[in-house]
Amino acid sequence: MDLNMNVNAPHSMGTTIIGVTYNGGVVLGADSRTSTGMYVANRASDKITQLTDNVYVCRSGSAADSQIVSDYVRYFLHQHTIQVGQPATVKVAANLIRLLSYSNKNMLQTGLIVGGWDKYEGGKIYGIPLGGTLIEQPFAIGGSGSSYLYGFLDQAWKEGMTKDEAERLVVKAVSLAIARDGASGGVVRTVIINSEGVTRNFYPGDKLQLWHDELEPQNSLLDILNAPPSPEPMNI
Amino acid sequence: MQFMASKQPENSLLGPESDSQRTLYPYVTGTSVVALKYKDGILMAADMGGSYGSTLRYKSVERMKPIGKHSLLGASGEISDFQEILHYLDELILYDNMWDDGNSLGPKEVHNYLTRVMYNRRNKFNPLWNSLVLGGVKNGQKYLGTVSMIGVNFEDNHVATGFGNHLARPILRQEWHENLSFEDGVRLLEKCMRVLLYRDRSAINKLQIAKITEEGSTISQPYSLKTYWEFSAFANPAQGAVGS
Repeated sequence: MDLNMNVNAPHSMGTTIIGVTYNGGVVLGADSRTSTGMYVANRASDKITQLTDNVYVCRSGSAADSQIVSDYVRYFLHQHTIQVGQPATVKVAANLIRLLSYSNKNMLQTGLIVGGWDKYEGGKIYGIPLGGTLIEQPFAIGGSGSSYLYGFLDQAWKEGMTKDEAERLVVKAVSLAIARDGASGGVVRTVIINSEGVTRNFYPGDKLQLWHDELEPQNSLLDILNAPPSPEPMNI
Repeated sequence: MQFMASKQPENSLLGPESDSQRTLYPYVTGTSVVALKYKDGILMAADMGGSYGSTLRYKSVERMKPIGKHSLLGASGEISDFQEILHYLDELILYDNMWDDGNSLGPKEVHNYLTRVMYNRRNKFNPLWNSLVLGGVKNGQKYLGTVSMIGVNFEDNHVATGFGNHLARPILRQEWHENLSFEDGVRLLEKCMRVLLYRDRSAINKLQIAKITEEGSTISQPYSLKTYWEFSAFANPAQGAVGS
């Protein structure tokens, strides 16, 4: 199994990304692992990228492709904001992403989730998978880790959640995907967008809830071996 | 309607795929094993993951097993092939015991046997898809060796398989020294395993450390390592370059 590590493999964000609407805005979430083949090139990347003050995008797939698409759209949205004289709507941002993804579909390998808040429509999530389809959804999942979340979200997502419920759902989902997807890992980042503004949160890997077959982290085996012995069970 | 047959390239030297059993590609795999010699014997570490492609499917796989009285075997690669090797070794040890002559196979002999098995399978284009680490102590002599799926074998003061070669061995080259204490050896292995946990996609946070000395072998209970994420650069990585 000692196949030579392919250091020339394209940087790909294996990834788990998710966007969820709630009664007042949206919560976007993502893991932080960027891999080159089987090597983790960056264990703390930021996959939730700003497009405007009120619209962010979750990036998955090829790191290079997703960065360049979001850079172009940020640039276009900046010009658009000046022309229109007010903040861009989430729908416009999503459509610009779609335009680039669709017209370059043969060359790009990136799945994106656009989420934000504007005064006309409130909180909105748009999924733009490979190929450049634009689809508005109450919640969206993407990236390799999303395979493990379809059943979970079908059961757990509810209409009209509060901000805290939505964020907890997002953190739980990304954390579950990280537990099973080798291409996802690291920390869970969330971005909450509503009428009041934008809040970024950071949940380090060791602060997440433990799932099945996972154990409480220790400093060292030596601590376990040197720990005082647990009390004898009672003989009834 | 045609069934999708699995294809070989036109210039392949491999025979018909219907040939009995051959591992063409691995299915359930274990990642790195790391081991080092210390004062009293050998210390070996491996996580308990069995990956199924990119899915972390099984999280309680024991990838290190004692062999006879004097050896410890750790394996990475295809788990079913590892189980087959354990079966061969069971027979080897059984026959050795049946001689009942007071002699028992030491780690050097077991390593040599494994090397022959792996190399002969490779020559028949039907490899056992594993990288093995064999460590042990007999009559005060410490032994630590490794064999790959194509039969490459050697011994050293510290060895590793897979990603461990790239990430753990450099650390060991710097920090290993003769006559490490048990505590220092464990800490050194944990340092290696933590780096692997950060940087190897197929690593999981549940490992065992095994020890073998003249007295015998023990494999620790499964446990997890603490990891470190609280760096300011991690909280805000794209500060200087939005969108990166």
